[in-house]
Amino acid sequence: MTNSSIVMRETRYHQIKAVLARLRLDSSARLVALVDKDGQQIAVHGELGDLDTTSLASLAAGNVAATGGMAKLIGEREFPTLSHEGEKESIHICVIGRVLLLVVFDDRSSLGLVKLRSKQISNELAATFAEIEEESNVAGISLPFSEITDEEIDSLFSYQ
Amino acid sequence: MTFINYASREINCKIVYYGPGLCGKTTNLQFIYDSTAAQAKGKLISLATETDRTLFFDFMPLELGTVRGFKTRFHLYTVPGQVFYEASRKLILKGVDGVVFVADSQEERMDANIESIFNLEENLRTYSYDLMKLPYVLQLNKRDLPSAIPAADLVSELRRKDEPVVEAVASTGVGVFDTLKAVAKQVLTELRKS
Ligand SMILES: Nc1nc2c(ncn2[C@@H]2O[C@H](COP(=O)(O)OP(=O)(O)OP(=O)(O)O)[C@@H](O)[C@H]2O)c(=O)[nH]1
Ligand SMILES: [Mg+2]
Repeated sequence: MTNSSIVMRETRYHQIKAVLARLRLDSSARLVALVDKDGQQIAVHGELGDLDTTSLASLAAGNVAATGGMAKLIGEREFPTLSHEGEKESIHICVIGRVLLLVVFDDRSSLGLVKLRSKQISNELAATFAEIEEESNVAGISLPFSEITDEEIDSLFSYQ
Repeated sequence: MTFINYASREINCKIVYYGPGLCGKTTNLQFIYDSTAAQAKGKLISLATETDRTLFFDFMPLELGTVRGFKTRFHLYTVPGQVFYEASRKLILKGVDGVVFVADSQEERMDANIESIFNLEENLRTYSYDLMKLPYVLQLNKRDLPSAIPAADLVSELRRKDEPVVEAVASTGVGVFDTLKAVAKQVLTELRKS
């Protein structure tokens, strides 16, 4: 692998979901998501409806990567937050280490409130995620794939 | 970077299609998208110019099936091939688990292929990734064109290691799934080692 995989245990997942749920409530947001900087969705909480959160995650990561690139060009390390305000729906993104906290909100909330609440929980999320990374690096955890067979891999492509 | 979620029992891997401008990267993704059942895929997102050149990336999530109770999902990306999009091209490589290099078989694109492969190696190095160790496939695309040079010549110029080489006509789908399968297989085999 290019760098170590992230392995998320069930307890951690629920811990993160609980933090997201709290943030959503405190900020009156429509939806709160945690996304990896590479564009993979980690957890999401809120009014999903038929929102395509996979695409949202990859575009948010692309957005942060692009503005981060601009930051470097002008001599900044990165832009820690990004906000996009629409007529009704808005998005606020907070960069927390290697993850992004994404809040989608409408006129039931405000950018000021969302910014404040996001900032308040970002330390907690950073700490939790640092622990997850540490757990992922622990040698010897038995991954379900260590004994995967060639036949199993081939079977994934059997429809072709 | 592979992401394994025990709660949702999912494993996500990132595959990037790289290569010179107009070599057919987007066409590969488009074909995969068009020929995959609706329940196995998400949206195909294309951040492109008015003339359909990739501006930032194309993205599509593809679910292959279940291994050992885990859903295996591949996130497929293409980079913009045009030389001046270097900054965005580099960003897309971050966290990659496997690379497909799409070469353009036309004689007049040989220099562009070589330049692009060097650019790939260089950009991987800035993230401390090594092409020699990465799951990797060389696709020789546009085999249908009269100006296509012999596959052996392309291989001797572009092959970097013992990577699988797939001859393709992405616009009609020839070799597209063989390419994907060749890279996905290496990514999954890599997981076995980790
Ligand atoms: N004849 C032929 N044409 C192809 C083939 N594959 C792609 N094309 C055509 O080549 C052109 C460029 O293809 P794209 O897939 O947009 O190329 P790209 O690599 O994504 O280009 P950039 O986004 O600029 O990097 C399109 O007109 C395709 O239809 C092929 O195998 N044979
Ligand atoms: Mg393209």
